[in-house]
Amino acid sequence: MTQLALVIDLNVCVGCHACVTSCKQWNTSGSAGPLEDLNPYGESPSGTFFNRVQTYEVGEFPLTETVHFPKSCLHCEDPPCVPVCPTGASYKRKEDGIVLVDYDKCIGCKYCAWACPYGARELDEGRKVMTKCTLCVDRVTSTTLPEDERKPACVMACPTSARLFGDVHDENSEVSVAIRERGGYALMPEWETKPANQYLPRKITELIDEAKL
Amino acid sequence: MKPAWSVIFLTTLCGMAQGFMLALVGADLIGGGHVTPASARIFFSGGAAICVVLTALGLFASFFHLGRPERFWRSAAMWRTSWLSREVIAVPAFLGSSSFYAWAHYSGQAYAPALGVLAAACALALWVCTAMIYACLRFIREWASAYTLVNFVLLGCASGFTLAACWAAWAAPAWVPAYLAAAYLFLIVGLLVRLLMLRRNASLKPVSTLQSAIGIKNPKIQQKSMGAMGGSFNTREFFHGKSALFIKNVRWIFLVLIFPASTMLLALAEQRVSGLLLVVALLVQYAGLLAERWFFFAQANHPQNLYYQVVS
Repeated sequence: MTQLALVIDLNVCVGCHACVTSCKQWNTSGSAGPLEDLNPYGESPSGTFFNRVQTYEVGEFPLTETVHFPKSCLHCEDPPCVPVCPTGASYKRKEDGIVLVDYDKCIGCKYCAWACPYGARELDEGRKVMTKCTLCVDRVTSTTLPEDERKPACVMACPTSARLFGDVHDENSEVSVAIRERGGYALMPEWETKPANQYLPRKITELIDEAKL
Repeated sequence: MKPAWSVIFLTTLCGMAQGFMLALVGADLIGGGHVTPASARIFFSGGAAICVVLTALGLFASFFHLGRPERFWRSAAMWRTSWLSREVIAVPAFLGSSSFYAWAHYSGQAYAPALGVLAAACALALWVCTAMIYACLRFIREWASAYTLVNFVLLGCASGFTLAACWAAWAAPAWVPAYLAAAYLFLIVGLLVRLLMLRRNASLKPVSTLQSAIGIKNPKIQQKSMGAMGGSFNTREFFHGKSALFIKNVRWIFLVLIFPASTMLLALAEQRVSGLLLVVALLVQYAGLLAERWFFFAQANHPQNLYYQVVS
C-alpha cells in the first residue's frame, strides 16, 4: 500500500517561504477554487494557506540556533480528523494515503479542525469549507504534466531541496532511506496519529573556536 | 478554544429540554398528587411542546455554527464513526418522540407514557452524543473525561427540573414541591461535580510541549514567527483572546449564578409560593448556564496553540 508523504530536512530549510507562495499559487489556481485572502492589502492581512513556515529560536544565547519549520498537513496514517467528519467530506485515499476534503460535501462545521492536534486545517473564509494540504494530488497523479513535475508544488519550489517527496511505505524510496538513515521523526508522537510526513533533525555541528581561526 | 455562541445555545437549550422531558416522564410514570386528568393533559402535552420548542431553538442556533448550513442534511451520513453525526440523528429523534408524546397526551392516548419513555431514552442518547463530541477528542484534555458527560446531564437536569417546577406552578401546582426537591438535588450534585471537574482540569499537566510539537529536545525553545502576520484560522478559532482575569471572573459568575443564586431564589419562590420568582430563578440559572458553557469551551486548551504563540 502506498503512503505518499513529505520529508522535511531541517538542516537546509532557510525559511525563504518559496514553498508557501508556490503552494498558494498552485492551489489557488486550480479547479477546486481559490484560497480566499482576507484584507490582503490592509493592515492585518490574513488568508488560507496549506503550508506555513514558522521560525523558532532553540537554545540560550550565545548558543542559539534559528530553526525554520515548514508546517502542513502530515497526512497521518491514523488521521483523527477523518472519523469525526459528520458528512464524510474528510477522507483518506486508499490508493496513496493522501488525506483530502471533498469541498462539495463539507458543511464547514470545523469539527475536523478541532480534532487535528497539529492545526493543519484552515477554514476558507470565502468558500466557508475546510481546506488543507492536498499534497498537490492534482500534480502527483497527473498524466499530462512532464514526469519530473509530478511532485507537490512546494517540493518543486524549494531552492535547497529541504523537501523530499515519495512513498514512505516503499523501503527503498528516497524518503524511506532518508528517514531511516538520518533519524526522521514524527511530530507529537504522543497522540499516536502516525504522521506520514516526517522531519529530519539537524546534525550536531561543532562550534567554531574563533581562537583557532 | 474560542467559544461559539451557536454551540453554547445548542447545548444549554437542548440540555434544558432533555432534563424537562425526564421530569415530565417521571411524573407521568410515578403520578401521585392531586392533579385532575384535565390539568394532567395540559401539563404533559404543553410541557412536551415546550421541550420541542426549546430543542428546535437549539437546533436553529446550531445552524449558525456551519459555514454551509444549506448542506446540513449531509451531516447524518457518518454515524458509524462520528459523534457529531450521531448527534445529528439524536436531535430529530428527540424532537420527533417529544412531539408524538405531546400529541398522544393531547389526544388522550393510553400509550402516551410509553412514548414518554421513548422520548426520555432519546434525551439520554442525545446527552451521550453531545458530550462525546467533546469527550472523544483525547488531546483536548479538559474535555476528554467522563466529567463532560456527567456535567452535561446534571446541569441539563437541574435546569430541566427547574423549568418543570415553573411549568407545574402554572399547570399542575401539586407537583411543584417534588420538582423543586429534585432541582435542589441536581443543583447540589451538579455543583459538586463541576467543582471536581474544575479541580481536575486545573491539575492537568500538558502532554504535548513545544519540544514534542516540533521534535527538538532542547528545553529552551522560543517561537519567533508563526508564518503569518495578520493571524489565520488557527489564531481565530483556537484562542478565546480574553485575559486570565476575565476567565476567572466568568468561572465565579457561573458558579454563583447557577448554584447559590438560583437555589436561593427557588427556595424563596417556594416559601412565598410565587410562580414569578420561580421564573426569575430559572432565568438567573440559565444566564449562569450560558456562562458555564462559555467557560467550558474557553478552558479547552488545544495542542495546536503550541504552534501559534507569536504573531510576526
